[in-house]
Amino acid sequence: MNGGLPVRPAADTPHVCVQALAIGYDDTPVQQDLNFGIRRGDIFVIMGGSGCGKSTVMRCLTGLLPPLHGRVLVDGASLWEQPEDARTRLMRGNGVMYQSGALWSSMTLAENVALPLEQYTTLEHEQIRAIAEYKLALVGLAGFGDHYPSAISGGMRKRVGVARAMALDPDILYFDEPSAGLDPLSGRHLDELILKLRDSLGTTMVVITHDLDSIFTIADDAVFLDAESRSMLATGNPRELRDHSDVARVREFLNRGAP
Amino acid sequence: MDRAAASANADPPHGEIPPTLALEVTADGAGAQLVLAGRWRLDQSLPRLAAAARLLDARRNLTWLGFDSSGLTGWDSGLVTFVAGVERLCRERGIGCDPDGLPDGLRELLALARSLPQHTPPVERAPSFLDQIGDQVLSLIRATGEIMAFFGEGVLALRRFVTGRARFRHSELWVLIEEAGADALPIVGLVSFLVGMILGYIADQQLAQFGARIYVADLVGLGTVIQMGALITAIVLAGRTGAAYAAQLGTMQVNEEIDALRTLGIAPMEFLVLPRMLALMLMTPLLAVYADLLGILGGAFVGVSVGGLTLTAYLIETRAAIGWHHIAQGLISAAVYGAIVAASGCLRGMQCGRSAAAVGQATTSAVVTAIVFIVIAAAVLTIIFDAVGLSS
Repeated sequence: MNGGLPVRPAADTPHVCVQALAIGYDDTPVQQDLNFGIRRGDIFVIMGGSGCGKSTVMRCLTGLLPPLHGRVLVDGASLWEQPEDARTRLMRGNGVMYQSGALWSSMTLAENVALPLEQYTTLEHEQIRAIAEYKLALVGLAGFGDHYPSAISGGMRKRVGVARAMALDPDILYFDEPSAGLDPLSGRHLDELILKLRDSLGTTMVVITHDLDSIFTIADDAVFLDAESRSMLATGNPRELRDHSDVARVREFLNRGAP
Repeated sequence: MDRAAASANADPPHGEIPPTLALEVTADGAGAQLVLAGRWRLDQSLPRLAAAARLLDARRNLTWLGFDSSGLTGWDSGLVTFVAGVERLCRERGIGCDPDGLPDGLRELLALARSLPQHTPPVERAPSFLDQIGDQVLSLIRATGEIMAFFGEGVLALRRFVTGRARFRHSELWVLIEEAGADALPIVGLVSFLVGMILGYIADQQLAQFGARIYVADLVGLGTVIQMGALITAIVLAGRTGAAYAAQLGTMQVNEEIDALRTLGIAPMEFLVLPRMLALMLMTPLLAVYADLLGILGGAFVGVSVGGLTLTAYLIETRAAIGWHHIAQGLISAAVYGAIVAASGCLRGMQCGRSAAAVGQATTSAVVTAIVFIVIAAAVLTIIFDAVGLSS
């Protein structure tokens, strides 16, 4: 697809496709029988209660944790059946924002954002610096480039984490609990940023969250994971799921406990 | 164009039009269009902002600048950053900038970066020379104060332990004792045996000239029991256990685990530092005894194999040479070294900052502090033992 000239390809070719996936640690599944597709250019939300394995699913989709069974297809290529170096190349198309930012503490904020650019582009130092400053400005932290992660607040670290995830303009951006720990205003800015980035660059966004406001604002599509049955209960647009889902627990979750 | 394939590949894709830049000036010379064409993406090598500055400076009377992006085949942040730079160049030169010719999404992204409330970092001025000296002195005073407070708290915790009121988990003490003591046996044994051998070789070469090879046993035995056994044990433990303590406590500091203890009213000094100090103060003398034995065995190995002595003669000579007061010196030294290793590990761990890099610095600093103070303590103890007549 063409950045800047957003032409959505046919909706029936998912960007990421999850087939009969089971994930877990030491043969104990955290989630199993997962089947869903993430359309290109969609904002896809993985939701569910605490401890249902949302983050574990993300670790599998981003190439950190091998699945117990099943496949993850990225652009039709099976992520976990590739040789190591091919998988690394596929992983480079992902940008990941980790829950607490996961910034490299020995580097300044600008260096954190610049590192992927230094490693994977042929740009000049000053161009990289300008791009890093621009990405920091996108998350509202212009001028903070020379600070170290230890000198800024948790919420700011999170936003730098977003800036770093966006450094290479990835095809897919993963956000692990983007609004958790942010004040409502910053949380809304981040939601707006996610929407605008998708609209202007056509990036596919995968967002892990249980923040209902955020879910209804940004999500095109979603999957609901359940801790008890260790599987997915529903997929679809969250607003439709809220009003018309067959599963009581999904309606309950999306209506803040009111059935 | 397949965007995914392009960015999943390190090499720029073939058959792509490289990004280009040109300036088209209007007939009256007052306005111009910056023509952007080709693929302006991060995986290309993009034109530099200086090129745009040169194009603008080549025309004198420009009053406005527009953009022509009809030839673009792809763009991402690479182009956004470039256009933001061009807008800045125009502002500096008093040229009006008209973003209408840019793709819609790009204009939005530019506006987005501008619209967000930006936090302004506080301006930091470089400290003057006098300020720097002042800062150094103040930090020295602070560091001294911290060390004094640490030792003070340590003594108080020890008193509460002796009176049975200290709050810590006894099961953890046994684990720490095992980690610091039993688990260190192989490495302490190996190093001591080899150092004993080295001492034996040196002694044998010198004493053979006088036909006094039997005194290899005296030299190795006394050297090991009085000082080397304790010193080797302490230095191995500084690298092995002291560093581990600093890293453990430092990581707990980073994860706010120590704050969690404090808010519960549990003194980290009693709960974390005291058991570690006890473990090392108990285990270092025991390990030193073991190191002494293996050091003597190393010397005996050389005495028998190179010096031609019998094992019995070597051991009898060793026993005759070593008195209880020598062993006491070694054990007292070992206990002091153990306390130093535990204290520097715990002190640096507790002082650790709140980042991964700080944990590394705390660990390094713990080992360096321990070794420096061990050597100083060795010198001081030697003088004290001499003064009280233990060494004769």
